[in-house]
Amino acid sequence: MTARRLSSGGRIDRSQTVTFRWDGKRLQGFAGDTLASALLANNQRIIGRSFKYHRPRGVMSAGVEESGAIVTTGRGARSEPNVKATQQELFEGLVASGQNAWPSVRHDVGAVSGLFSRFFAAGFYYKTFMGLPPFETGRGTGIWMQYEKLIRKAAGMGSASRLPDPDVYDHAHGFCDVLVVGAGPAGLAAALELAQQGRDVVLVEQDFELGGDYLAQSDPQAITRRDTQVAALRAAGVRIMTRTTAFGLYDNGVAGLLERVTDHLASPDASLPRQRFWTMRAGRTVLATGALERFISFGNNDLPGVMTPNAARSYLNRFGVLPGQRIVVATNNDSAYAVAGELAAAGAQVILADARSDAALVAPKGVELRQGLAPFNASGGRGVSGIEFASQQGGAWRVAGREACDLLLVSGGWSPVINLASHLGARPIWDSALACFLPGKTRSDIHMAGSAAGVWQTEACEASGTAVARQVIGADTALPAAGGWQTPIAPLYEVRVPGRRTKAFVDPQHDVTGDDVRLAHQEGFVSVEHLKRYTTLGMATDQGKMGNIIGLAMMAEALGREIPQVGTTRFRPPYTPVAIGALAGRHTGPHAKPLRRTPLHDWNLRQGAVMTDAGLWHRPWYFPHAGEGMAEAYVREATAVRETVGICDVSSLGKIAIQGPDATEFLNRIYTNPFAKLPIGRARYGIMLRDDGIVMDDGTTWRLGESDYLMTTTTTNAGKVMVFLEELLHTRWQDLRVHVTSVSDHWAGVSIAGPKSREVIAPCLEDGEAVTNDNLPFLGVRPVRLKGGIEGLIARISFSGELAYEIYVPSGYGEAMMALLWPQAQAQNGVLYGLEALGALRIEKGHVTGAELDGRMTIDDAGLGKMASPKKTFIGDALRRRPELTDPNRPQLVGVFPKIRSDTFNAGALLTAPGEDSGFGDGWLTAVTHSPALGHWIGIGYIAGGVAAWEGRRVLASDPTRRGPVEVEIVPPIMFDPKGDRMHG
Amino acid sequence: MTKFSAWNVFWNGLTGQKGWGRQWRDPAPKSHYDVVIIGGGIHGLATAYYLAKNHGITNVAVLEKGWIGGGNAGRNTTIVRSNYARPGNREFYEHSLKLWENLSHELNYNVMFSQRSHISLLHSPGAIDAAARNYNTLRRTGTPDAEIWSLERLKQVVPHLNYAADARFPIMGAAVQKRAGTARHDAVVWGYARAADQFGVDIIQNCEVIGLTRDNGRVTRIETSRGPITAGKVALSVAGSTSRLWSMAGLGGLPIETHKLQAFVSEPIKPLLDQVVVFGIGGAHFYISQSDKGGMVFGGDLDWYKSYAQQGNLPIVQDVSEAAMSVLPCLGRVKLLRHWAGVVDMSMDGSHFLCKTPLDNLYLNAGWNYGGFKASPAAGWYLADLVANDRPHETIACFDLKRFERGLQIDERGAGPDPKLHG
Amino acid sequence: MIILNCPFCGPRDHSEFDYGGDGSITYPSLDAPVEDWHAAVFLRDNICGVQTETWQHTQGCRMWLLVERDTMSHEVHSIRPAHPGHAAVLEGKV
Repeated sequence: MTARRLSSGGRIDRSQTVTFRWDGKRLQGFAGDTLASALLANNQRIIGRSFKYHRPRGVMSAGVEESGAIVTTGRGARSEPNVKATQQELFEGLVASGQNAWPSVRHDVGAVSGLFSRFFAAGFYYKTFMGLPPFETGRGTGIWMQYEKLIRKAAGMGSASRLPDPDVYDHAHGFCDVLVVGAGPAGLAAALELAQQGRDVVLVEQDFELGGDYLAQSDPQAITRRDTQVAALRAAGVRIMTRTTAFGLYDNGVAGLLERVTDHLASPDASLPRQRFWTMRAGRTVLATGALERFISFGNNDLPGVMTPNAARSYLNRFGVLPGQRIVVATNNDSAYAVAGELAAAGAQVILADARSDAALVAPKGVELRQGLAPFNASGGRGVSGIEFASQQGGAWRVAGREACDLLLVSGGWSPVINLASHLGARPIWDSALACFLPGKTRSDIHMAGSAAGVWQTEACEASGTAVARQVIGADTALPAAGGWQTPIAPLYEVRVPGRRTKAFVDPQHDVTGDDVRLAHQEGFVSVEHLKRYTTLGMATDQGKMGNIIGLAMMAEALGREIPQVGTTRFRPPYTPVAIGALAGRHTGPHAKPLRRTPLHDWNLRQGAVMTDAGLWHRPWYFPHAGEGMAEAYVREATAVRETVGICDVSSLGKIAIQGPDATEFLNRIYTNPFAKLPIGRARYGIMLRDDGIVMDDGTTWRLGESDYLMTTTTTNAGKVMVFLEELLHTRWQDLRVHVTSVSDHWAGVSIAGPKSREVIAPCLEDGEAVTNDNLPFLGVRPVRLKGGIEGLIARISFSGELAYEIYVPSGYGEAMMALLWPQAQAQNGVLYGLEALGALRIEKGHVTGAELDGRMTIDDAGLGKMASPKKTFIGDALRRRPELTDPNRPQLVGVFPKIRSDTFNAGALLTAPGEDSGFGDGWLTAVTHSPALGHWIGIGYIAGGVAAWEGRRVLASDPTRRGPVEVEIVPPIMFDPKGDRMHG
Repeated sequence: MTKFSAWNVFWNGLTGQKGWGRQWRDPAPKSHYDVVIIGGGIHGLATAYYLAKNHGITNVAVLEKGWIGGGNAGRNTTIVRSNYARPGNREFYEHSLKLWENLSHELNYNVMFSQRSHISLLHSPGAIDAAARNYNTLRRTGTPDAEIWSLERLKQVVPHLNYAADARFPIMGAAVQKRAGTARHDAVVWGYARAADQFGVDIIQNCEVIGLTRDNGRVTRIETSRGPITAGKVALSVAGSTSRLWSMAGLGGLPIETHKLQAFVSEPIKPLLDQVVVFGIGGAHFYISQSDKGGMVFGGDLDWYKSYAQQGNLPIVQDVSEAAMSVLPCLGRVKLLRHWAGVVDMSMDGSHFLCKTPLDNLYLNAGWNYGGFKASPAAGWYLADLVANDRPHETIACFDLKRFERGLQIDERGAGPDPKLHG
Repeated sequence: MIILNCPFCGPRDHSEFDYGGDGSITYPSLDAPVEDWHAAVFLRDNICGVQTETWQHTQGCRMWLLVERDTMSHEVHSIRPAHPGHAAVLEGKV
C-alpha cells in the first residue's frame, strides 16, 4: 500500500499542521484529520494486531465499525486502551501506540501463534487445558489454572492504567420533543422539518462534523447542500450536539448519550469534563443512523490494505488521502462504482471487479471493469500485494486470474444500523432483495429514516428524513421505499474454491474464520447465540458491525436454510463502547454516595472528633486527647459518663412527627407494647416488628399533645420505618386519620448522660427547675427554653444507664445549644463522647442495637418478650407465633465475660461448648468492649437457650479466622447496674 | 463421541477438525418420557445429567423454549463461591463448590473454573465483625479457605484498589474465600448438555411449554409448541419464569417475585484484576472480576422494580459504574462493551426452593435470587436425587415451600420478606 | 427509564420512586389467623403482563400510588393515589 496525501481537496485544514506520535515516531497531519487518516497519509500500514493470532491489521473502515486499527492513546494515568483510530480526532501532541503486540505492532513475536492456528479452531480451549496432556489426566482445577495464567496474558487487547483516572466526567439531563440520531442527509432533513414545524429538536452526531455521507461525497453540491441544511437548522433553533453518540435506547423514550467534550483537544480547559453522559428524555426518536458497508469472507481478507470502498471514498474526499496507487475494488453492488471512478480521477490505477454480470453495468471513467469476478485470496505478508480472483463456473467458484494491487476495496453490501431500535426489542426483518436486515416494527415512538431504513440514495434519504418527520408530527405521509440501486445486489458473503484452503475471516478482530463457523455448525452450535458464543463472532470491540451477517449467512448455508430462519442476535447497548468513568460521572471517590452530616458536624470536628460511617452519616467515633488512640479515648469518655457527665450528638436518630386524631391508635398497632394510655408529656420505649414477626426497629416515642407524637428511630432504619408508616396509612389503614412527617433534619439533638447531667443542663435553661426529678421524672418529656430563647424539647431518656437527658433544638440552633452546654459540662469535668463509648456503655447495660437486631431475631430472642403485649394485636403479631420462631432453643441474648478476666475477644466469634471443634456452634458474639465500669472485657451475643442453659458451663469464643479460642462465661445481658438505680437517680 | 483432550485437539488440527461431531443431538420430542425437565439452563441440564449418572434414569427430556443456556445461564457474572453461613445454605453451597472443583474432569469439558479467590471488601469495624461471624462459621463447617484479611494484606494482594483516605467508605479489611472464583458459563451449559446427551437424554430446543394438564393431583400432560408430551415425573427449572408455569398448573401463589438484574462487560484488556472483588456499602452492592478473555465483568443491584424484561434501564447502569469507579478508580478509561439483563426469581427470604409440590409428580427448583449460577451443579445433583427418590435429601429438606408457614426464613441478609431486598 | 406520571407531581423518572409490590394484596386484620397473614406476606401471583402494583414517590411527594403496569413491556396503563381520600382530593370531590 502506498497511501499518500493529495496536494489538494478534502475538508482538512492544511493551514494547521498537527504533530503527533505514533509508536514513538513523530508524524504530521492536519486539523480535521482522524488518527486513521493521518496514519494513512503517512503511509502507515500496520496499526493493530488481532486478538488470537496476532495477525497484522490496518485501517479497514473510516468509522465506528473499525475492527483493525485499534490503538492505545495517551500516557500514564490518561492512557486509554482500545481506541479506534478511525474515531480519534487528531490533535497537537496526540500520543498513540500499537497494542496487543511485542515488541511492536510491526514486529510482533506473538504472531508465531498464527503458525499453530490449525490447532486453535473455534472453542478448542473447551476441549483441553483441563489436565495433563495428552489425555487430560488429573483432578481439580490446579492444572487449568496454570494454563489460565498464560491464556490471560495472551488475551486482552490494550492495557489499562492502574492509576486512578485523573479526569472529571459529568452527568447531564436533557428533554426534547424529538431526538434525531444521526446528522447525515436523512437526519438533517428530519431535524429541519421537525424544527420548522415547531418541535423542540435535539440532533446528535457521533462525528465531529455534521453531514454524514455528504462529507464523503466528491460532488461539491453535496457540501453546499449540507451547509445550507446546517445553517437552516441553526436558524430554526435545533439543539445540535456533535461528538455525541446515542449509545442506547431505554424505556419511555430515554436515550443514553455520550458527549466527548475534550478528547479532541491538545490542552483542554481544566474546568471542562472529559466527557458528558446525558440522559435524554425524548417524546419521539428518529433514528437516522445510516448504514455500514460490510465485506466478504475470502482468503487473507484481513491483510492491511483491505478496506471498504466507502472508507476509501471518505479518506479521499474528506481527508484528501489517496489510500493506494494500484487499487482493486471488489463489489457485488452498485455503491462501489462511484468510488472507483473518484479514485481513478485522483490518479490511481483502478480495476473494478464486480461479482455480477449484467449488460447494464458500466465502467466508471478511467476504471477497468471486470464482471463476474470475486475476490478469492489476497496475497502479501505485511500488507496486501495482490488478489486472486474467482468466477462462478457450474455453481462453484474457480480461480480466475490474479492482479497485483496495493489496496483492495471490498464491498459485500450494506447493513442498516438498526442497533438502537433493537435495544428496545424490535425484531429486524431480512430483505432478500437488498440482502440486509431492515428495521422491523419498532415501538410507536421510534422512527427509522434514511439508509437506516434501507434507503440508499442521497436524495431519497433526504426525502425519507422529511417524510419521517411529517409522520412524527402526525401527518399521513408515505415513506420512500427501501433500495435505490439500478442493478440489484448479488448477495455474496464468502468466496471459496474447492480444493483450496484459505484463511478467510468473518470477524477480523477476533480471528473468527469461515472454517470456525462451519466447525460450530458441525458441532451443533447452530442457533445464532450459540454460534456467537462458541466462536466469539461479533464479541470484539467492534461488536460485529462488519462481519456478523457474513457469519449468519454461512450458518444459513451450512443448514440449508435462509438467513431469516437462522435469525439475528439481539443488539445490546452500548452501540459503541462507553468509558466507565463517564457513566459514573462525579459520583466517585469521596462523592461515591451522599454524605449526611448532622447539624453539629462542624462543631464536633472543631472539638477534634474522629468520625466514622453510620449508614450514610458521619458521626463522631471518639474525641481523642493529645496522645490518645481510640482505645484510650473511648475508655476515658465512657468512664466520665459513669462518673460525671458526657455529651453525645444523637441528631442522626430518625425523628417522625405522628399527628392526627387516630395517632394513638396508630402507634398502638405498630408497636408491640401498649401505647393507648401514654400520658402527654411522657416518653415510652417501643419495639416494632415487620409483618413477618421479626424485629424491625426500636426507639422512644414522646407524647407531646393529645394527638401529637414524636417518634424516634435508630439512625439506620429511619428511612425504612418512615416508608413503612406511610405505606400502612396510605394502603392498609386508610380509615386512620393520621399524618406522618419526617422531621429528622429539623432537630439537632444531644444526649447528656451521667450523674452530673442535671447540673450541666439546669444552668443552660431559662427555667432551671424544669429538670428537677419532680418536673421531669424518668421518661418525662417537656418543651424547654434554653437561655437566649432557644425553644426546644427535653426528654429524660437513658441509653447509657445513667441519669440522662436528650435535648432537641431546631437544627440551626444546634451550635448555640452546644455553646451553652459544653462549658457547663467542662465545668463538671465532663466529656464529649462518640459512638465507641456509646457502644461500651450500652453493652454494659445489655441494650440492643443493629448488631443484635439484624433482621433475623425475634423480640423474645432479644430478651424483650415482655414488651409484646398479650392484650392487643400489632404488626407482626400473627406471624411471630410460627413454630420455628417460638422454639425454646432459639438463641437468646446473653452477656459474655472472659473466664480469665484479662483476656479479650472479638465480636463475630462463635460461642461453642469446649470440644466442639466444628459445626455452627451454639451462639455468637455480636458486640464486645472493654468495660470501664467492670474493669475487663465484656460482650453481648446470642446463645441457644440463653443464660438458663449456659450459666456456669464452660463456653469457648471460637474465632478461627482471627485468633485462637478464648474461654468465656455466659452471664445475664445487663452486666452493669442491673436494677437501673443509676438512671432513676 | 470424540473425547476432549490435548491429543484429540492436536490430531484434529492435523486432520481438518473432522473428528468432532455434534456436542449434543437434536432429537424430535418423543411422546413420553420417564422424566421431563422444563428449562434448558444449567440447572435443568445438570439435573438430567445427574439423573442419568447417579440414578440410572436416562429416558429423560430437557425442554427449552429457545436455545440452551439462553436465560440466566448466559447472562450472569459467573461467580462461584460457597460463603453462605446459614444452616442449609452452608452445606448446599459447599457441596456445589466441591462439584465445581472437579467439574471439567467429570464432564470432560473445560468449564474453566478458576479458583482465584473471592474478596469481599469490608468498610467498618462492624462489617468486619459481621463477616468474621460468617467466615468463622465457614471455617468450622468444611471451608478452611475462608479468611479475614487485614488492610495491609489486602494492599499487597490487590494494590490498585481505592485505598484513599478520603474515599467515601474507606476499605478496612476483607473477607476472602480462596477456593471461590469464576467459571466459563457457556461451557458449563454445553458441558452438561454433552454429558447428559451421552447418557441418552433428549435435549429439545425451541420447544416451549404452553400448558400443563393436571388430573387427580398429578401433571398428566405437557403441551408444548412441538406437541404434547407425557411424563412420569416433571421438574420445573425455569428461574424467572417459574410463576408462569406454576400458574399453568393452576397452583396459585408462590413466594417468588421476578426481577431484572443487569450485567456488564468491558472491552478486553490485559490482566488488571486477578480476583473476584465484591463490596456492599451505602446501600449499594457491587461485584467485579476479569474474564479470561480480558473483559471486566461486573454487576450490582437489581433494577428495583419487578420485571420480566431482559433489558435494563440507565439508573442502575449509572449506579454500577459509580461503584466500579469507587473501588477501582483506574477503570475510568476502560470502556463498557455491552450490558444486558436477566430475569431472576427473587424469593421471600433470599434462599431457594428444591422441593416437592402440591402435585405428586411435579418437582420444583426455583428461587435462586442472585445465586443460581454457583448453585447449578448442586441444584442439579439434589433435584435429581429428589426426583429419583421422591423424598428430599436431608441437606435440602429445609428448602421447601412450607418453610414460611413454619417460620423458617433462611435469610443471609436479614432483609425480610421483600424479594427485591435479597440481592 | 420508566417514566411515571405522578398524579401529584407530573411525569418523573422511576428512579425518584420506590417499587412497593403487588398492589392487589389485601392485608388481613391484625387479629386474622396466621394462614391469612402467611398468604398476604409470602405468596405472590407474580404476573407476567399487566399487574396492579404499588410505588411510592419517595423522592417527591412521598405518596403511595397504585400503578397498572405491564411487567414485560414496562408500559404504564394507569396511575392513581393508593389512598381513596387523596384520590378524591385530586378529583375535586373533597
